[in-house]
Amino acid sequence: MNKQMARYIQENMTEIISNWQELMRNEKSERSFEVLPEELMNQTSREFAELMTSNLLESHQAYESRLNDFAEKVVRYGWSITFVTKAINHFGDIVFDGMEKDGLINNDNYRGFSKEFNKWITPIRDSTIDTYSRTWERTVSLQKIALQELSASLIPVFDKVSVMPLVGTIDTERARLIMENLLDGVVRHRAEVVLLDITGVPVVDTMVAHHIIQAADAVRLVGAKCMLVGIRPEIAQTIVTLGINLNEFTTTSTLQRGVEQALAWTNRKIVEVDEA
Amino acid sequence: MSNQSSVEIQTEWDIVAARQLGRNVAKELGFGTVDQARITTAISELARNIYLYAGQGKIEIQRLTENGINGILIIAADSGPGIPDIRKVMEDGFSTSGGLGAGLPGVKRLMDDFKIETTLGEGTDIRATKWLR
Repeated sequence: MNKQMARYIQENMTEIISNWQELMRNEKSERSFEVLPEELMNQTSREFAELMTSNLLESHQAYESRLNDFAEKVVRYGWSITFVTKAINHFGDIVFDGMEKDGLINNDNYRGFSKEFNKWITPIRDSTIDTYSRTWERTVSLQKIALQELSASLIPVFDKVSVMPLVGTIDTERARLIMENLLDGVVRHRAEVVLLDITGVPVVDTMVAHHIIQAADAVRLVGAKCMLVGIRPEIAQTIVTLGINLNEFTTTSTLQRGVEQALAWTNRKIVEVDEA
Repeated sequence: MSNQSSVEIQTEWDIVAARQLGRNVAKELGFGTVDQARITTAISELARNIYLYAGQGKIEIQRLTENGINGILIIAADSGPGIPDIRKVMEDGFSTSGGLGAGLPGVKRLMDDFKIETTLGEGTDIRATKWLR
């Protein structure tokens, strides 16, 4: 039966592909198929059809590696997983209907063929979904690493003065990183004043405030002063309403003022040079 | 009239999703930046409470219209352990987790209306509303 199916597909490849493309174009929710250039689409469709048949003919191993390549390509094109599973189902349906029309499938072998089709389609679908989820998992873990890399570095701006710009959401993991980098950096740069810039933090709730207060306390313990800068007006209002006590902090609205203050603490200031 | 959407809270990142949803709705309703910050912070507190104390639950955002005034309703529902002493958690500075203890009383101050219902062993349901003035 497998051989029969494969032969039918190979003999009617062009017709099957064009039918299939027609069906896929009608999938309303999916626009990725339309934006693909004609040539590339035909090539991909053929590749897809070949992949579908290779499962019938080749050994499982050869098919697996082919499938992986294909799935990765499809992911790159940005086809959604629903679209791909639909594509697989449609392909199966078209072949089945075609074979029925040609009389290859009749009342006598109907049951046998539907079983055979299931055996053909199901593993393809399963392994496609598997490849998809693996690709996603990899993307997510890479992004996590990327996020960690842009987390919190302490930048020395002047002698004894360092700045840590905080950007984005602060969760428990990042709060821990911030604390580590802060203490590490203060010691390494011999900073006397550290400015924590929260301009890029979208929401300051009690947990974020709690982490900031803890970080500042720790900085004090290693002998430096901590200043909170970049407090936007709406954040200032929320902090007050929440009832968070930042009285022990020196805070400023902008990093610029913070730097001026930090220089004053270390007995320096910026002066304009009179060029004669 | 109400129009609702919700976010399941299961991981720390769902807190971000919940407040993003809240911020978008608040923006669409025409709240100013200060009120947007208040609403997102309130959602953040409530979602974090679910994550910390109940493990999982749901944040629901509804648009309200009452007497011609628009508003936003946050519903934080979980089936966690419940709160033994409501009066205590509504006091400033009370915390069982070593935090600041400003969460719930803070949310109450950030929003216009605040209702809390809790049953030990069954869960907690908090409703907080902010009206657009």
